[in-house]
Amino acid sequence: MSDAAVARSEVVTRNAAARPSWLARLARNRNIGVGAVILAVVMLAALLAGVASTHDPRRLNPAERLKPPSAANFLGTDEFGRDVFSLVLYGGQVSLLVGATTMALTSLWGIAIGLIAGYYKRVDLVLMRIMDGLMAFPAILLAIALMAARGPGVGNVIFALSVVYTPRTAMLIRSTVLSIRELDYVQAARALGRRDLMIAFRHILPNCVGPLLVQASFIFAYAILAEAILGFLGVGVPPYVPSWGNVIASGKNVIREAFWVSLFPGLALTLSGLGLNLLGDGLRDVLDPRLRVQ
Amino acid sequence: MTVYLVRRLLTLIPVLAVVVTVVFLLIHLIPGDPVSVMLGPDATPAQIDATRQALGLDRPLHEQLFKFYARVLRGDLGQSYFLDRPVVTALLERAEPTMVLTFSALLVAILIGVPSGIIAAAYPGSLWDRTLMLGALLGVCVPGFWLSLNFIYLFAVRLGWLPAAGYASIFADPVAALRYMVLPAVSLGFNQSALIARISRSCMLEALQQDYIRTARAKGLSTGVVTWVHAFRNALVPVVTVIGITMAILIGGAVVTEIVFNIPGLGRLIISAVLRRDYPVVQGVILVTATAYVLINLAVDAVYVLIDPRIRYE
Repeated sequence: MSDAAVARSEVVTRNAAARPSWLARLARNRNIGVGAVILAVVMLAALLAGVASTHDPRRLNPAERLKPPSAANFLGTDEFGRDVFSLVLYGGQVSLLVGATTMALTSLWGIAIGLIAGYYKRVDLVLMRIMDGLMAFPAILLAIALMAARGPGVGNVIFALSVVYTPRTAMLIRSTVLSIRELDYVQAARALGRRDLMIAFRHILPNCVGPLLVQASFIFAYAILAEAILGFLGVGVPPYVPSWGNVIASGKNVIREAFWVSLFPGLALTLSGLGLNLLGDGLRDVLDPRLRVQ
Repeated sequence: MTVYLVRRLLTLIPVLAVVVTVVFLLIHLIPGDPVSVMLGPDATPAQIDATRQALGLDRPLHEQLFKFYARVLRGDLGQSYFLDRPVVTALLERAEPTMVLTFSALLVAILIGVPSGIIAAAYPGSLWDRTLMLGALLGVCVPGFWLSLNFIYLFAVRLGWLPAAGYASIFADPVAALRYMVLPAVSLGFNQSALIARISRSCMLEALQQDYIRTARAKGLSTGVVTWVHAFRNALVPVVTVIGITMAILIGGAVVTEIVFNIPGLGRLIISAVLRRDYPVVQGVILVTATAYVLINLAVDAVYVLIDPRIRYE
């Protein structure tokens, strides 16, 4: 074994002895545990909606309208006689689909834009001004405006929210890349003649994973909330699609007679937000100690 | 300070240029022919052509963009199709309720958030700390618009203490205005108070660990004086940043709150414009709110220098 390799293995051993591996720290973090359990319950409920729901969420039944929670309708019925329990379960599918897809797309675009901006100074100036400009819009207003142009639909909601949230991820990746690209081992890789793309993927990107995961979990939470807001305002997924925002909107009209219509989808929304925020806080504590809130 | 402000103003130019470009491009994101979409299915080809020419949509893209910039710089945001008046007039008519709501909510957020954070930090690990921080965590997760609905149910429908919806101008009838504004401002401000509480707590904790705090304690000052006089001012800078960020979220949140409480502000204006495909109004609202947000952040940056003389912008 060469001297360098011995030295490296010593450093690795010393570090490993000094603190437990990140996987052990993840497992030990209480926020992550609680957040993951909450999220798993919400996801399971949404995925099993077909089996667990007691009614067809789209079936209108005027005879049964605005019934309070009972054995037949666990969470009551809405103004069209639809079963709120089944609406909440199916609504979860739309929310989680929008949340997860937006998270994935913003991460991909954020990585691409952040890497390019962090690596090529000339493009950086232009890209970052565009990101600044996009971030100058209040998020939900930009999403509303994009929905105005594209029209209602799940795909368009995902598109709008991805445009709104990508700049935040891109800025994060860029700042991580900027701090890492000057480190000795990256300079060494460059001196060895490695190509930019290779350095980016093998040496820089792995260091972005921690902050990215933290950011992604918060974007998941924002996206679920934003989807519900767009649905509530009537500019998100079409009204006939069961989504938490749409159900809360229909509950708004009957709040005097039937508080349960808006109460339960809102609770589901709050619970998902709680799970994702706990997860994000925990991930930040473990993976990104610099950002840690005491 | 003046040099800094001038430089800071110059950096706004590219940001606002991007904002205007994004607003301009919105029309071009409409799938298919924007003019047919705007006029609806009953429009004749002649009408479509006439509107396209009137809007300049038959010109090359760069020419359209250039003209759009020129119009915006002149303060001309176009004509609303449905309200039958210039967009600027419509915006001015609706700005007051949104501004009153946003600033009332900001006040609520600060009044709840800052003291909660400071109390939690002054007694870390105590029951107060844990209760307040659990409240703050829930506050971050509870959707504001849903909280509004629950407030309406509880305080308006059940208890009958406050009106369920509506708006009165603060200049016309201050008492009625206050009664109408309590629920919207509290439900909008509550979320943000949670964020402010969390940041205030962590900044205060950091400030309380500094040497000068130990000195202040050592010379026999009371906890109250140390906390509020010595630590608070130094913890304030990051809190002011968060308040700046909060403004953007509040302006966005105001849109939703206006719909819930039937407040005739910019939020109701943009939503009805979206549903009627009145694109100039949609463009006008987001252009004005983005510009307002950028200027608010400029003001926040200027406030830094006032509260922390160590910050020198060169």
